[in-house]
Amino acid sequence: MTKSLFDKIWDSHCVDTNENGTSLLYIDRHVVHEVTSAQAFEGLRAANRGPWRKGSILATPDHQVPTTQRNQGIAAISDGLARLQVKTLDENCNEHDILQFDLDDIRQGIVHVVGPEQGATLPGMTLVCGDSHTSTHGAFAALAQGIGTSEVEHVLATQCLIQKKPLSMRITVDGKLPSGSTAKDLILYIIGQVGMAGANGYVIEYAGTAIRELSMEGRMTVCNMSIEMGARAGFIGFDKTTESYLSGRPFAPRAALQQQALEHWLTLHSDKGASFDKEYIFNSDDITPHVTWGTSPEHVLPITGSVPTPSNLDETQRNQHERALEYMGLSAGMPLIGIPIDRVFVGSCTNGRIEDIRAVAALLDGKTIASTIKEAIVVPGSGLVKAQAEQEGLHEIILSAGFEWRHPGCSMCNAMNPDRLEAGERCASTSNRNFEGRQGTGGRTHLVSPVMAAAAAVSGHLTDARTLDQEE
Amino acid sequence: MEKFIRHSGRVIPMNRANVDTDAIMPKQYLKCISRYGYGDWVFDSWRYLDPGDVDTPISQRRINPEFELNKPIYSSASVLLAQNNFGCGSSREHAVWGLRDYGIKVIIAPGFPDIFLNNCFANGLLPVRLEQQDVNRLFDLAESDHGLSITIDLDSQDLEFESQKINFKIDENSRQSLIKGYDSIEATLQQSKKIETFERRYFNQYSWLEVDLK
Repeated sequence: MTKSLFDKIWDSHCVDTNENGTSLLYIDRHVVHEVTSAQAFEGLRAANRGPWRKGSILATPDHQVPTTQRNQGIAAISDGLARLQVKTLDENCNEHDILQFDLDDIRQGIVHVVGPEQGATLPGMTLVCGDSHTSTHGAFAALAQGIGTSEVEHVLATQCLIQKKPLSMRITVDGKLPSGSTAKDLILYIIGQVGMAGANGYVIEYAGTAIRELSMEGRMTVCNMSIEMGARAGFIGFDKTTESYLSGRPFAPRAALQQQALEHWLTLHSDKGASFDKEYIFNSDDITPHVTWGTSPEHVLPITGSVPTPSNLDETQRNQHERALEYMGLSAGMPLIGIPIDRVFVGSCTNGRIEDIRAVAALLDGKTIASTIKEAIVVPGSGLVKAQAEQEGLHEIILSAGFEWRHPGCSMCNAMNPDRLEAGERCASTSNRNFEGRQGTGGRTHLVSPVMAAAAAVSGHLTDARTLDQEE
Repeated sequence: MEKFIRHSGRVIPMNRANVDTDAIMPKQYLKCISRYGYGDWVFDSWRYLDPGDVDTPISQRRINPEFELNKPIYSSASVLLAQNNFGCGSSREHAVWGLRDYGIKVIIAPGFPDIFLNNCFANGLLPVRLEQQDVNRLFDLAESDHGLSITIDLDSQDLEFESQKINFKIDENSRQSLIKGYDSIEATLQQSKKIETFERRYFNQYSWLEVDLK
């Protein structure tokens, strides 16, 4: 029988399906952070329950952690409540003997950077985390889903998720990405086409040569933003790129087990002729560098475009469009190139990996950021990404260009820590959401790729990284 | 969890699409480690004119009179009428805790994202998906001078208002769980034997996954 990758993973994890068509899905890996876990652990305690399989859990604090210094550990968190939350994660992990990379551990970082980096995310797995960007891990041919705190508690207690099988969508991008375009531009383009509610009820398999040619870092960037279309998960079939990334990672199987695993992993792709509930096919030639102009990731256009006019929209859409323009302080028809920027943020679970930092350093080499930029920061996704970048000397290029070089955490992507925008400030950001207030109350976000963020820092305004040198 | 069988209440219309969970419960309130007490902060940036944090006394906040929740006609309403994709974005269950603590029992919209749906069911809130044209009809009534009161019957899956009736469908498993108000963890743990049997067979086949990370 022909099966899609999704069918294969789903079927191999289905413990039971009841008369309502609802399944118990076995979960291999549970990734935990401080913001969505305290109430779940408290629930376990109140009901006198414990984790079903504590060895399946990997925890690290990321959302609330400061990025300016690390030598005082938890004590350096200035906000008392945030400090208590990180301390609570610490205590819960100690109480249940759960593996945690705490603030003093070089392996600490953003959950979705750390899991893959450690080889804790493996092909064919089901993985959950109380965070919507859990879809990131799907880059490894895994079914990775973001869940709420009640479901975190449910998985802790039972190792299962109660779920009806979602519908499946395949998004195929064939061809070669144009020079100067990145994985971030690819996913921003796709979101613009599918829309932010376009994948509600679906999981997405990304396929095609443009996807195959991406590195694992690039694939993670693509899968990461699946949730911005409403998808439960986004994933990519296993291939040589997946295999070489995993080889030698701390928790990846070795020796005989690796061979055994590899035999299974090689089956983790959709069979020829597998069927999908919905299909999109895009042409990679259309995927030029993109930037968001509004307050939803679907408000996205090529950098060479202009802020759109709300014609041809129904009333609800027009209202949303006008509201977005007002919030963003932009007017219809303005060219995107030239919109002045106050702050630049490079980092997050979308673009905080070594490849992203290399791209930023390559663009910044020999350049300095514009004097009008109030702050430009690079926040590595994990302590190990930071160490790797420093070993390559990337931090020196970044620092001498005028950027700050920070410690790992979610930082300005969610602004739950001291890194945030002030009201009215405009940011070129490599993160994943440009919602109202996302990066700070009243803050204005333009989502871009790492090179586009670096180019904006150099120019002082949104610009086309491909023609930055001509601009100077 | 409290059982949900039938509910009658006033409707608050919130006529905007893609309301995300950052807007429903802004980041500064996600520092709390409790499951309750979020009602005063729901839609914080829209509901108040000044910025707030966990320790800002609510009595000192400046109310935004233009925002739907603050209009006298919608005070004590318990049914939220929304547009498509209500609750998109972050998985934060705090958004649903905020709606619940404010007093919302039912949310009606043309569509919801999956994580938000599950968070609603887990907290005894009923999300009702209706056709866009039915949602538009309800908006017309709810935005009129006299407002709209509605009764939602989960047993018959009907919305009743002004001698009209609209049938809706929700996932049967979720419907049963709301009607019975049961603890889903307890229900799953009753199947422990099945999970254990599955696990043995599973690790036998995929032995490299039987790794204790610690």
